[in-house]
Amino acid sequence: MRAAPKVVMVGAVAVTSFRHLQLAGLCMLWLGFPAGAGVLPDDRADALYHSYDGGGVTITGPSILVLKNVRQDLVISGNYYVDSISSASIDVVTQASPYEEERTEYTLGADYMHNNSIMSASYTSSDENDYEAQTASFGISMDMFANMTTVAMGYTRGWDVVGKVNDPSFSENVDRQSYTLGLTQVITKDMLMEVNYEAITDEGFLNNPYRSARFLDPDSALGYSYEPEVYPDTRTSNALAIRSIYHLPFRASALAEYRIYNDTWGILAQNFKVAFVRPVISGWVFEGRYRYYTQNSADFYSDLFPRRDSQNFVGRDKELSTFTNNTLGFTMSFDFIRNGWHWIDRGSINFSYDHMWFDYADFRDLRDTSAPAGGEPLYSFSADVAQIFVSIWF
Amino acid sequence: MLIRRIVILVGMLLVLTACSSVEPWVKPYERANLADEIMQFQRDPVSATYMIHVYGAREGARGAEGGHGGGCGCN
Repeated sequence: MRAAPKVVMVGAVAVTSFRHLQLAGLCMLWLGFPAGAGVLPDDRADALYHSYDGGGVTITGPSILVLKNVRQDLVISGNYYVDSISSASIDVVTQASPYEEERTEYTLGADYMHNNSIMSASYTSSDENDYEAQTASFGISMDMFANMTTVAMGYTRGWDVVGKVNDPSFSENVDRQSYTLGLTQVITKDMLMEVNYEAITDEGFLNNPYRSARFLDPDSALGYSYEPEVYPDTRTSNALAIRSIYHLPFRASALAEYRIYNDTWGILAQNFKVAFVRPVISGWVFEGRYRYYTQNSADFYSDLFPRRDSQNFVGRDKELSTFTNNTLGFTMSFDFIRNGWHWIDRGSINFSYDHMWFDYADFRDLRDTSAPAGGEPLYSFSADVAQIFVSIWF
Repeated sequence: MLIRRIVILVGMLLVLTACSSVEPWVKPYERANLADEIMQFQRDPVSATYMIHVYGAREGARGAEGGHGGGCGCN
């Protein structure tokens, strides 16, 4: 239940609940089943508990994934995922009241194998009290050149309905489409490379109905006031990523990743990641990783606009600002069943931890009310992300 | 745009490559290391999906996170 709202808005930080939906619908379908073309994934079940704590926001919940071969050439899968959100983020504490809410997501999928090809289809439904999303996804991947190359293509379509908790009559639609193209190539007997491209187009109500932009207002005691955000009603983005993984002479692997992104809102982003995986002692595997992300701001973003209605589109979402994110993390995995036990072939328990540092270059911390408008300190925060999960293969 | 040009160029190279016969330079019996479970771009699907979700909620960029298939055909 949400706390009683102040005047301005209830959930400036549907930031977490609202925005991630847009991506969740499009992304989560594809990512669960990294089967090579020509090879269906094994029967397995995963039960994960996740926890995010940072910037005044706490998000926890389970994720359950089950994959089952119902025929030799057909795998069905189901995923149940929950985000339980408790938010007192920077937007909320400066413009609204802390709130709690929950998002629940269900995905059903099927992979069908025919010769060297796998065809996939899935459907996801996501629901929270002010946002609903339905997403359908289709894809095909093919092995070719004596299994040296795998090509994958996909299409995803999403239909969202945006609501507003304090206004039952508010209802806006968003249509989403995504096109993906992927190529995985055997480079040497120790090295694989993967290239992925994805174009996403959104059309409809794309801004957060709760959030406001601020502008200079000499008549205000603080020196600024707020106006509702206004975003363009279309957004098209392109992302290109290249990944490579290398088997070291001793039993360990090293992974490197680079991604570049741009969109019609003027955001240019890049991220770089390295990871190292090493079996340590019998049954234990260690993974260490580092990721760096940077982006510039959207064309219509400003921390402080010069006046009310100063331009057609105005936004003050910190995810559209200029910032960097550094993430350092590790995973420890232990196989507690290695040689079969009853109907279970293998079982592992895993603990994963990542620490994130977000540093904003043009988003200011308005909790400091002593500074003049536009002279507040720049905002930054860190977050702890933990996961514990059990996987069994059967 | 730069990204689209790169994708078109890669696509053209693929088409050209497909016109000629390609001998596999890594034989099936040489793929033991590639088939090692530590050689996966995403080792744990439920965990990888969650982390992409975490980044997607806090960063402006989206897409091309990987996991669309692939592998080395060596299982």
